[in-house]
Amino acid sequence: MALVEIKNLHKSFGTNHVLRGIDFTVEQREVVCVIGPSGSGKSTLLRCVNLLEVPEEGQVIVRGEDITDRDCHLDAARSQIGMVFQQFNLFPHLNVLANCTVAQTTVLKRGSAEAEKIARANLDRVGLNDKVLAYPMQLSGGQQQRVAIARALSMDPQLMLFDEPTSALDPELVGDVLTVMRKLALDGMTMLVVTHEMAFAREVADRVVFMDAGVIVEQGPPAEVIGNPQHNRTRNFLARVLNPTHVEPT
Amino acid sequence: MSAPIDTVERKGLSPRQRAQRSRWIQYAILIALVLVAAFTADWAQIVSVFFKPQYIKAAFEDGLMQALVKTLEYTAGAFVIGLLGGTLLALMRLSSVGPYRWIATAYIEFFRGLPAIVVFIAFSLLPLAFEGLTIPLDPYGVVWLALGIVAAAYMAEVIRAGIQAVPKGQIEAARSLGMPFGLATRKIVLPQAFRIVLPPLTNDLILLVKDSSLVFIIGTSAEAYELTGFGRDLANTYANLTPLVTAGFCYLIITLPLGILVRRLEAKAARAR
Repeated sequence: MALVEIKNLHKSFGTNHVLRGIDFTVEQREVVCVIGPSGSGKSTLLRCVNLLEVPEEGQVIVRGEDITDRDCHLDAARSQIGMVFQQFNLFPHLNVLANCTVAQTTVLKRGSAEAEKIARANLDRVGLNDKVLAYPMQLSGGQQQRVAIARALSMDPQLMLFDEPTSALDPELVGDVLTVMRKLALDGMTMLVVTHEMAFAREVADRVVFMDAGVIVEQGPPAEVIGNPQHNRTRNFLARVLNPTHVEPT
Repeated sequence: MSAPIDTVERKGLSPRQRAQRSRWIQYAILIALVLVAAFTADWAQIVSVFFKPQYIKAAFEDGLMQALVKTLEYTAGAFVIGLLGGTLLALMRLSSVGPYRWIATAYIEFFRGLPAIVVFIAFSLLPLAFEGLTIPLDPYGVVWLALGIVAAAYMAEVIRAGIQAVPKGQIEAARSLGMPFGLATRKIVLPQAFRIVLPPLTNDLILLVKDSSLVFIIGTSAEAYELTGFGRDLANTYANLTPLVTAGFCYLIITLPLGILVRRLEAKAARAR
């Protein structure tokens, strides 16, 4: 059974029809990268997977449970899905350790000693065990994003969602975050990543999904989608991303 | 370019000289006014009416400190009620349930539009209107309630603005960790909102310190006098304003440090941004 199964997903903001019938699945232990031009609906798709955006039509089935069903225990489902945001969204009034324990103790009802142990293990995993008592404001963007990853991992998620995790970072800090994500993928975490980092997608992804104008244009192994794209739209996008200074003749 | 500068004929003063002259004139006017005041006022009379040492001493002996403590107690209790009520009203105003929003809006608009003194007069008449009605913790209950329900209306708007100033990403992060809405509000949104509204809330506290003077409308017993009631009573007794002025200075002892605190908090918030 697929870990995530999305069926005929539609989402509009006002008159803007952002998702126009998306069908796709994520298998257990699979790393899927979603690429596409801005406004193509890739972030909206990701935010529909934990229902931060509520789709008008279609189903999102996570581990056999339809989370778009109003009777589904959405909070319980969400605690199993880690989310990493472009803007980190760490809790600024809590220190690094408390950022990683607050949901463990309140949602999962873990004891504070256990929660702290798990948080420290995950902070160690992202290379920040020396920052446990720091506040988010005292950290660089790259460090904040790694804390955000540790915070999500501390909930022992079945699936991790990454919404352009490196887009708000200074270029020299991108590498640290990608290294952590690469390690996660090697550890067998199921990951759905919206990204503009083509090198990362090519190297780490099992499958690349190219979206444009609210539909999935093509998907497959990175060597095919990035290496040998079949559709014009994909080729145009990749040409612009991989060679941004190139000016297309019109 | 060939004309040397010193041959250019200048009319009148340079801008700098003009600014200097204007400043001298302002100082001269000020000094003149001070001198006129100093020589025409009857200083002995002024001191004996407003600052007579024997009445200052009498004020202390008759329980000025007790009145100061009462003012602080009235203010503190009302602040707690205002804070709790204001938070509840702010959450109601942001509720997805329409009637909660309407009730909160009506309450806030009503009590913000009403002079606080009207509320106090109403409270003073309540025992007459409803015979046998007693509000517990006399006299604190009445005072805290009357001050608190007005303060809640003001604080609700401040707290609502604070809640809305917390970035949307915060609630999204909390919800995606599986926190239910109420828990996310309590653990993540409200602590940040209160940090944002600390300076304006302290301003509300200053207003509350001063509004506590309205208690004398309710007509408490002499032991329950706060600063204004106390000062007024004593000023009547001695037919001299000194006790009232002394009580007035006690307000400044409370409000000036709070004002400095507000400025510090604002500076700190500006730095954090």
